[in-house]
Amino acid sequence: MFWTVTQSLLKGFGTTVEIFGLTLLLALPLGLLLSFGSMSRFRVLKWLVKTFIWIIRGTPLMLQLIIIYYGPGLVGTWAQGLEQSNFLVDWLASWSVFDRFVAVIVAFVINYSCYFSEIYRGGIESISRGQYEAGQVLGMTRTQVFFKVVLLQVVKRIVPPMSNEIITLVKDTSLARIIAVYEIIWAGQSFIKSAGLLWPLFYTGVFYLAFNGLLTVLFGRIEKKLNYFRG
Amino acid sequence: MAILEVNNICKRFQDNEVLKGISFSLEEGQVLSIIGSSGSGKTTLLRCITGLETADSGSICVGGRMTFDSERREKLSKAEKRENQLCTGLVFQSFNLFPQYTVLRNVTLAKELLVKETCRAEKCDKKEKKARLAAIEDEAKRVIESVGLSDKLASYPCELSGGQQQRVAIARALMLSPKVLCFDEPTSALDPEITGEVLAVIRKLAEEGRTMLIVTHEMGFAREVSNEVIFMHDGVIGEQGSPEELFDRPQSTRLKEFLSAALHA
Repeated sequence: MFWTVTQSLLKGFGTTVEIFGLTLLLALPLGLLLSFGSMSRFRVLKWLVKTFIWIIRGTPLMLQLIIIYYGPGLVGTWAQGLEQSNFLVDWLASWSVFDRFVAVIVAFVINYSCYFSEIYRGGIESISRGQYEAGQVLGMTRTQVFFKVVLLQVVKRIVPPMSNEIITLVKDTSLARIIAVYEIIWAGQSFIKSAGLLWPLFYTGVFYLAFNGLLTVLFGRIEKKLNYFRG
Repeated sequence: MAILEVNNICKRFQDNEVLKGISFSLEEGQVLSIIGSSGSGKTTLLRCITGLETADSGSICVGGRMTFDSERREKLSKAEKRENQLCTGLVFQSFNLFPQYTVLRNVTLAKELLVKETCRAEKCDKKEKKARLAAIEDEAKRVIESVGLSDKLASYPCELSGGQQQRVAIARALMLSPKVLCFDEPTSALDPEITGEVLAVIRKLAEEGRTMLIVTHEMGFAREVSNEVIFMHDGVIGEQGSPEELFDRPQSTRLKEFLSAALHA
């Protein structure tokens, strides 16, 4: 039985890792873009980005998942009910079947890029003006100063808050269950109904712990690796 | 013709008028020190000259090139801006070395980026590019040797003393061979016992005939190393002249007060 449960949980855990990996891959660069927006000199852009971040950080991820999964469906159903048919209507109608997994990734990426962007912003703003000025008087362009001088210092400073957020992401993947994406919690829970067993659900914790343990070690390594300089 | 000409520079921050029309010129190979109490506008003047601050009016000309002119209306291109920037060099009070790079890399970085860009513009082949980059490294080693830090090439800034860091910063600025090298209180962040090593480097540069503009609180050093001294007070040039004139025969009560305060500090 133990072996069957483990296999089943591993399958669910595969989805968990996929959500985690894809979210990270897309939200890390998108967060950087958002952070540039929130520090922009263009008032309108800055205001728009800040409002967006406020909305996303101010509402539960669970609610965002539900809206992103069911929202397009509502539009799609409405479009299907329309009499005439043209390109736009057909396109909207095609939304009625929105892939669950895609919805999860979209919601997670949006949510996490907002959190990441605030971490980036904090890191970037913590770098002293002297570093930018030193780059400037040496004839470097703003882009060169950012990528050659500032970025690595920012990375060093944001590793601890980033590791926090990334570890939270591992656990947040369990929210995908709310729109019926088969991940590890669901895999564990299904044994309650099918076999009357509760322990497989407890057992899922071992997977989370192991994975986060691995991440903790990894972040420790990165911190150690960046320890060669102060600043 | 003077290598640096500053004409009627004015700068205000909101209601605070920091520079009220500063004009002076500096001949090639000369050293000019600017003294004055805190808040007199010395640092702001230096920042205007090095392009970190934009003056409200006036003009600045370095080596025949107009690096700033408030009359000029058309926008400068990126290349022009950079060209202007490279006319002057600046050594900061707080060093501002790049902490993640070794001493050697701190010194080569800016020049390397510059050369890579010209290589791209000239479409030169890999061999040529490699040769140019190698030349930079050799040059950097020579410059670092001239500030006496040959044994620290592979060290990181955090492993160096303040005096050593400031000498690296000087080497870094020298690497781009600016026409005028500016110092913003280069020893103010240092312990008294290590200011000497930084001053020795600046002294040596003066002997080599480098044109320098030094904002400093080290009166003895200013007197010894400069050809000319400017005393700034309240956004204007209070007095200007040879070190002997200013330090031995101060005219204004302001300067007399400042000097006696500086001596008894």
